[in-house]
Amino acid sequence: MRTAVRIAGITLFALLAWQALVVLAELPRFILPGPGLVLATLWTSRALIAEHALVTATEVLLGLGIGAALGFVSAILLAASPLARSLLRPMLVFSQAIPVFALAPILTLWLGYGLLSKVAMALLIIYFPVTSAFFDALMRTPPGWLELARMMNARPSRTLWRIRVPAALPGFASGLRLAAVYAPIGAIIGEWVGASRGLGYLMLLANGRAKIDLMFAALIVLAVLTLLLHATVDKLCRRLWET
Amino acid sequence: MTAPALRLFGRATIEGTTVFGPVSFEAPAGRWTCLLGPSGVGKSTILRLLAGLGDGIAFEGKVTADDGAPLEGRIALMAQSDLLMPWLDATANVTFGARLRGEAPQADRARQVLGRVGLADHAGKRPHALSGGQRQRVALARTLMEDRAIVLLDESFSALDARSRALMQDLAAELLAGRTVLHVTHDTAEAARLGQTILLMTHAGIDVIAPPEIPTPRPFDAPETLAFQSRLLRRLMAAG
Repeated sequence: MRTAVRIAGITLFALLAWQALVVLAELPRFILPGPGLVLATLWTSRALIAEHALVTATEVLLGLGIGAALGFVSAILLAASPLARSLLRPMLVFSQAIPVFALAPILTLWLGYGLLSKVAMALLIIYFPVTSAFFDALMRTPPGWLELARMMNARPSRTLWRIRVPAALPGFASGLRLAAVYAPIGAIIGEWVGASRGLGYLMLLANGRAKIDLMFAALIVLAVLTLLLHATVDKLCRRLWET
Repeated sequence: MTAPALRLFGRATIEGTTVFGPVSFEAPAGRWTCLLGPSGVGKSTILRLLAGLGDGIAFEGKVTADDGAPLEGRIALMAQSDLLMPWLDATANVTFGARLRGEAPQADRARQVLGRVGLADHAGKRPHALSGGQRQRVALARTLMEDRAIVLLDESFSALDARSRALMQDLAAELLAGRTVLHVTHDTAEAARLGQTILLMTHAGIDVIAPPEIPTPRPFDAPETLAFQSRLLRRLMAAG
């Protein structure tokens, strides 16, 4: 409850500061519209924004889900097999040297203007953080547990599934929390490069037509979507084994 | 299950630095042996060698059981920390060995063993809901569940508060009776209560010290226990 009050307070303060800046600096509305105008536009264009927000949300959720699943499997493969480690790890690190943003035009070329290229962007951008956070955690199993497993004549596969994976879930969770924030960035970049739908597309369109109020309205919705996603993922992660 | 005597002789180095030795000792069959000594004389290294966890230790010597059979699969180890899985409840922790081997967990026996360590009412609780003493009792139940003839204790009770430690000592002495126990400790009071054989390990080697002839666990406040404890401490101090 106290956090809710605090968040409301901070939001109100930010809105007031924003309005004060607009009034005092006499900024024209095509440079920086005031919060009142943006909120009004948010309300009048709600159907339009919602339609595009739904597209972006779908891209983000698909990218996040598939990317997290791939990251989960990859990290386990890497942790379970030294061969996979020696072959794949340099490739993984090398792939991080290529900025994912630079791939966006190529992905659009290959996968088209539709949903697929944005899902791929979101997926690519989160794959590495999820994989590396989970992999690091898998490699840091407390040695005492592994020794206990050896004394109990455990099978290696069971040590992996019954000790190393559950023990590493908090690491997976921290990767997921990062991913929840990164995935929308990937989807938006994908939309900027080439799309006919989505919040990123709407922002570019509004910007081009000097409808800065609509651009800000879309931006606010995007920020709220990201925060909601992060909070949901965070809540799910906390449930993993802390209760 | 007949518990064999445990024998070790040899010397050990880690990356060229001598950890101990040459030493030689025997832990008698079916008895509780305390390996007492200051930190850094290689007590834990000995335990790791016996447990088969000696990766990285260069050991010249031999570890044997007096019945000639291999040690592998006959040893359980209780570490200083309880090593419970925080995501499993007490019962699942007690049957963890079976799960790791792919055997069906024996829930009935787990309940019975938890009852013997006094935790029948806590079977469904996870480790974070238990006290340090209760967690170490779950670890003891897990050890009993493994039912190994040889049990190695590596300062297993040293992280507990004084009262829990004394209770744990009584419980372990009762429940592990008949097994060959090798208990590494630096606590003279603990050795004086529990040891049926006392091995005093210093940099000079290992000495056997005869304990008072009172059945273990000896009362912590009996004059004989206290006198013996003082004697052990004197020996430790003299060894430098």
